[in-house]
Amino acid sequence: MSKTLFDKVWDSHVVQHIENGPDVLFIDRHLVHEVTSPVAFLGLKNRGIKVLYPERTFATADHNTPTRNQHLPVKDKLSANQLKALEENSKAHNIPYWGLGHKKNGIVHVIGPENGITVPGATIVCGDSHTSTHGAFGAIAFGIGTSEVEMVLSTQCIMQPKPKRMRINVDGALSKAVTPKDVALYIISQLTTSGATGYFVEYAGEVFRNMSMEGRMTVCNLSIEMGARGGMIAPDEKTFDYIKGREYTPKGQDWDTAMEYWKTLYSDEDAVFDKELSFNASDIEPMITYGTNPGMGMGIQKYIPLAEAVEGGVATYKKSLEYMDFNEGEAMIGKPIDFVFLGSCTNGRIEDFRAFASIIKGKKKADHVTAWLVPGSHQVEAAIREEGILDILQEAGFELREPGCSACLAMNDDKIPAGKYAVSTSNRNFEGRQGPGARTLLASPLVAAAAAVTGKVTDPRELMEEAFA
Amino acid sequence: MAYDKFNILKSSAVPMPIENVDTDQIIPARFLKATERKGFGDNLFRDWRYNSDDTPKEHFVLNNPIYSGQILVGGKNFGSGSSREHAAWAVYDYGFRCVVSSFFADIFRNNCLNIGVLPVQVSPEFLDKIFTAIEADPKAELEVNLPEQKITILATGESEGFDINGYKKQNMLNGFDDIDYLLNIKNDIEQFAGNTPL
Repeated sequence: MSKTLFDKVWDSHVVQHIENGPDVLFIDRHLVHEVTSPVAFLGLKNRGIKVLYPERTFATADHNTPTRNQHLPVKDKLSANQLKALEENSKAHNIPYWGLGHKKNGIVHVIGPENGITVPGATIVCGDSHTSTHGAFGAIAFGIGTSEVEMVLSTQCIMQPKPKRMRINVDGALSKAVTPKDVALYIISQLTTSGATGYFVEYAGEVFRNMSMEGRMTVCNLSIEMGARGGMIAPDEKTFDYIKGREYTPKGQDWDTAMEYWKTLYSDEDAVFDKELSFNASDIEPMITYGTNPGMGMGIQKYIPLAEAVEGGVATYKKSLEYMDFNEGEAMIGKPIDFVFLGSCTNGRIEDFRAFASIIKGKKKADHVTAWLVPGSHQVEAAIREEGILDILQEAGFELREPGCSACLAMNDDKIPAGKYAVSTSNRNFEGRQGPGARTLLASPLVAAAAAVTGKVTDPRELMEEAFA
Repeated sequence: MAYDKFNILKSSAVPMPIENVDTDQIIPARFLKATERKGFGDNLFRDWRYNSDDTPKEHFVLNNPIYSGQILVGGKNFGSGSSREHAAWAVYDYGFRCVVSSFFADIFRNNCLNIGVLPVQVSPEFLDKIFTAIEADPKAELEVNLPEQKITILATGESEGFDINGYKKQNMLNGFDDIDYLLNIKNDIEQFAGNTPL
């Protein structure tokens, strides 16, 4: 029988199907961080049980960590306590733990692929909704709650009803300055933040085939922002090249065996999806958001929609614009901004820093803009140095911080002050997401870079040299 | 950890007719630093509920003494965003046992079911009727009947059925959780794992 990519991976991990209920799904690899795990470990302690498969479990500190002076003790007592809990729990259960300062430390969804924890055909979970990132490798990867973290720690399984399948095709050629982030923000703006709820998405078509692994990660990362449990892309030579030789990927004979399986991971030609959508690449422009959810995005040259033109409640829409202090019908271009944040599991990889540097090279950061440039991991940080990007950033008046989730969710000190505007490469523009009262404009690293040098919302195409297309 | 049993809940409700209420509103990230599941109710809807100087915002519904009860009624796409179970914990810890909406985000719905808060999805029309009934009488009671999978506006007698999978329904009725189930089939899981390379 024909199967979708999603069905192939899901079905091969079902330990038990419960009639009129969920599937018991086996989890190959479990990523753990400090914020959503302590109560789960406490649950294990209360039951007097240990982690069933520590070798399938990996822990890092990222959500709650400072991005400066990581060699010093963490000042915030509650944060320090949470970090200590993860370290102790990892030790007690024999789980590899990559804490602050460790060379493998970084954002959980950046270090998974970097270290080869993420492989095609695997089931991967983490107590974080952006676990969908790992779907870029043809894995089924999704975020879970803390009760489920406890289930996976204790039994390596979770109980989930099987989601429906959706395929999103984007064909054609992307225009100049249109990045994977723009493709994702465009799709979300078309579907709304709940348009894919209940579905697992496969991204297909020319645009994703031509995309780098980093770009695919950005797209899959944002699947949750349209409500999807996760997103995935069929693995290809690019995928295999990326993972080969990484620490936790199979070696020797095991690699060959794995490759045989991985090469079967695609949707069969006549496989049926519950929903299928297609978009043209040429319709996508550099994007920016103007509201308080990631579905409120538009081409950067467009005007903020009128309330009556928007699907959904007018009151909710107006509340959102009021929070942003924007008006219907206004242009986004030219709006002054105060902060720029480059980083997060969405856009904190080397390709994102290359893109940012391509715009700011030879220019200067606008004086009134505060810029936080936060690499997704120490490996990304090392690449930034090796490739000479750090010099370009410093010459333009930028500094590089240490890895972590940082201002994406502002659990640490990296908070955008109330009322200030931040052009941010992260994933959520919810009210207060980047700090109480903060106003977030989601965009690509190119749009963020353009704003950083001009101090206002700027079309990056205006700053791009002819040679860079 | 097993949780409270849920059978029939009769209560007034707190109306929140806003769409896309995300989990960052339900519990902002800066309140996720605890290592125990305690006290999250105090920070439920923190930034909608309190000013930056911690004084209550008087127009927010949770600060309006007219409204109370164990049922929270929200607009479409309730609980979108982050997977933080802390959002469901905050809802529970504040005293809600049931959330009603015309549409729930996936992970939030799961998290609620895993801790014994019942998510009840109704039609947009029925949701409007509930809001209308509460507007007419803030003390208007709803009856959420899990065995019959039915929600009723007691003042008008109008009711609608709701879906829940049979397995989760039994768990909610009996206060069982998934971990108990999984630990009981541990042998099957270990056998499966033995055939699954890392």
